[in-house]
Amino acid sequence: MDLSYGPQYDAFRQEVRDFIATHRDQAPRGQGIRSEPVKRWQKLLIEHGYAARTIPVEYGGHGGEPDILKARIIGEEFAAAQVPGGLGGQGVSMLVPTLLELGTEEQKREFIPPTLAGDMVWCQGYSEPGAGSDLASLRTSAVLDGDEWVINGSKIWTSTAHLADWIFCLVRTEPDAKKHQGISFLLFRMDTPGIEIRPLVDMTMASNFNEVFFTDVRVPKDQIVGQRGEGWYVANAILGHERDSLGDPNASLARVNRLVELMKTETVDGQRAIDNPAFRDRLIKIQARVTALRMNDMRILSSRINGRGDTGLARLITKLQATELRHDLEGLGIDIMGEFGLMFGKGPHLRDQGSWQNHYMYFLGLIIGGGTSQIQKNIISERGLGMPREPKAVVPAGS
Amino acid sequence: MEFGLSEEQGLLRESVDRFLDDHADLDRVRKYADDPHDRGDDIWSGLAELGVPAVLVPETHGGIGLTALDAAVVAESLGAHAAPAPYLSTAVLAVAALRLAGDEAQQGAYLPRIADGSLRIGAAVSELSGARQGAAVEARDDGTLHGKALFVLDPDADAFLVADGTRRFHLVQADAGGVETTLLPQVDRTRRIAELALSGAPSEPLRGSGDPDVALQVIDLGRVIVAADTLGAAQEMLDQAVAYAKQREQFNRVIASFQAVKHLCAEMAAEIEPARALLWYAAHALDEVPDEARLMACHAKAHLAEVGQFVGKTATIVHGGMGFTDLLGLHYWFKRMGFNRQVLGGPERVREEAARVQGLA
Repeated sequence: MDLSYGPQYDAFRQEVRDFIATHRDQAPRGQGIRSEPVKRWQKLLIEHGYAARTIPVEYGGHGGEPDILKARIIGEEFAAAQVPGGLGGQGVSMLVPTLLELGTEEQKREFIPPTLAGDMVWCQGYSEPGAGSDLASLRTSAVLDGDEWVINGSKIWTSTAHLADWIFCLVRTEPDAKKHQGISFLLFRMDTPGIEIRPLVDMTMASNFNEVFFTDVRVPKDQIVGQRGEGWYVANAILGHERDSLGDPNASLARVNRLVELMKTETVDGQRAIDNPAFRDRLIKIQARVTALRMNDMRILSSRINGRGDTGLARLITKLQATELRHDLEGLGIDIMGEFGLMFGKGPHLRDQGSWQNHYMYFLGLIIGGGTSQIQKNIISERGLGMPREPKAVVPAGS
Repeated sequence: MEFGLSEEQGLLRESVDRFLDDHADLDRVRKYADDPHDRGDDIWSGLAELGVPAVLVPETHGGIGLTALDAAVVAESLGAHAAPAPYLSTAVLAVAALRLAGDEAQQGAYLPRIADGSLRIGAAVSELSGARQGAAVEARDDGTLHGKALFVLDPDADAFLVADGTRRFHLVQADAGGVETTLLPQVDRTRRIAELALSGAPSEPLRGSGDPDVALQVIDLGRVIVAADTLGAAQEMLDQAVAYAKQREQFNRVIASFQAVKHLCAEMAAEIEPARALLWYAAHALDEVPDEARLMACHAKAHLAEVGQFVGKTATIVHGGMGFTDLLGLHYWFKRMGFNRQVLGGPERVREEAARVQGLA
């Protein structure tokens, strides 16, 4: 066990701290994704290597060497200073890494620089009403007509579709191939004629999701990543990135610390929540789970740094455990407030801007999104424990 | 940076595993469980050849002087084999008490004999984590002990480490006058516990234990070791459940292909993996992160108790009716984790201490 990052990293950490101290007044404060302050901040971060750190300069990145610990330190310091880090979103976090791995040179030059700069916003067109956990059964079709794909069908759960310039989208191009081999990965503009977007209100009453409908949408033939029929492989490269980003144990730690503070100020019958043994017991239980997941994360990090592949199972359980834990943690926040925990919207008596109810529901969404807990358990048991897949259902004759 | 076991720790684990695979298999464990005169001397002396009792004994006293994490690695292996051995009492609690509170002469007299496996010291310390009805030990000025200690670990030892009502430690020879042990039949038959009646038993105090932090430090270490034992047992139960599910057929297919069964196994793995990282960190913190040591020991003890309870139930269910039988013997691990849950403080009590450590209670 050696949990120190080493002297060269201590120096790097100081560098990041100095940067934040010097520049924090330039950080955006709640402005939208296309605003000038956000873009200026992103540009500054890329220049200093605090965003797009390992992406080559010719694609608009900083061009640094991959270094997991430096990336970690940047994340930790920006989070600790409560200063926004580099741009996130599905373009930066999911499409860019995929293009770097599987895109053509032209695609890299065309799409990566404006995406990193915040000038090109993306949404992801994967799930369909009939293709959720069984994503590979998707039916949105793309048929080649001359130099264009003609797309028909619909997508659902499309976050930020209403704000996006472009979509990366899975479509069926080979209807006669086996289901995983008939899919292609297309890129196209969201203002292409034939696209209709309908907002989908979720249980938090926000409308970040959308349904997207395609009617004879015509897309240039070369806007495909990988070859025809390779879309499933391309998409899975991205899903790996998503699975890694969902379970940030340091965010849970910050939240459990906030919960402790809240329990010291909320009272019932004049007694603080923290002085109620039942609540206290639930708090410490959750604190132990948060600690365990943080250590699990450290173990994975260290295994990656040292180039060992001995943490497969530890990695597979992260999404399942982190989302379930966060939901439980936010739920305890509500319970210690009792009826105050019900306050929602813009009325009086809100604690922490109503974030406990909001997160309680949001993380229920994350238990489902990005591969449900049940799908995660399939993955853990099959890939982690070597248990066989459930045999395919036999379709009765004549149906 | 390196979060995980070192190569040496991996080898230590392997060597203890290999010995226990051969010399403490389930048949041997059953024999110990059925025969009250069987002290498992063959197992303990074999472990002594590997250096197990010497893990925490300083080199100056004939030990190996390893870390709490090394000691936890050994405990994991013992738990995985449900092995009967006076490890917690002799090699962990007594060694820690002697190191922290024994004087030079006491360390010189006891530690080398613990290290070479020739001396077993039982532990009468349960009152430090909560005194149940009837338990109270009083130390008199004349050096005698009076009263009763409950749930004394390894009562067939040569001597006892006894904590009195003021949380000070004393050593008592088992064959001294005024010492009477009564075995307490209990559910985990891979361990023995007893009542210890003390009526003017001559004792030697560990003078350093006037510092109240000594008892706490000994308990912190003991809790991490107990949690490590549970971790090993839980992993073993999961492994057995997965292996059983892969060969047991119903409805013309192995039951490991049913999602209902797979999900139970996935849930066990999902609990065990983070618990392993927590346990390693808690053990590391005992030596290297003093500010967090007590809190992490509490978290590890309480959390592993819950994980162990869940895995014990779930792995048994995966085995179906066979899991319920003595034929298969899965219950040895189930009961081992049940024992670990209560000893040195049940989870609710330990969580309350975790709250107190943070100033929250």
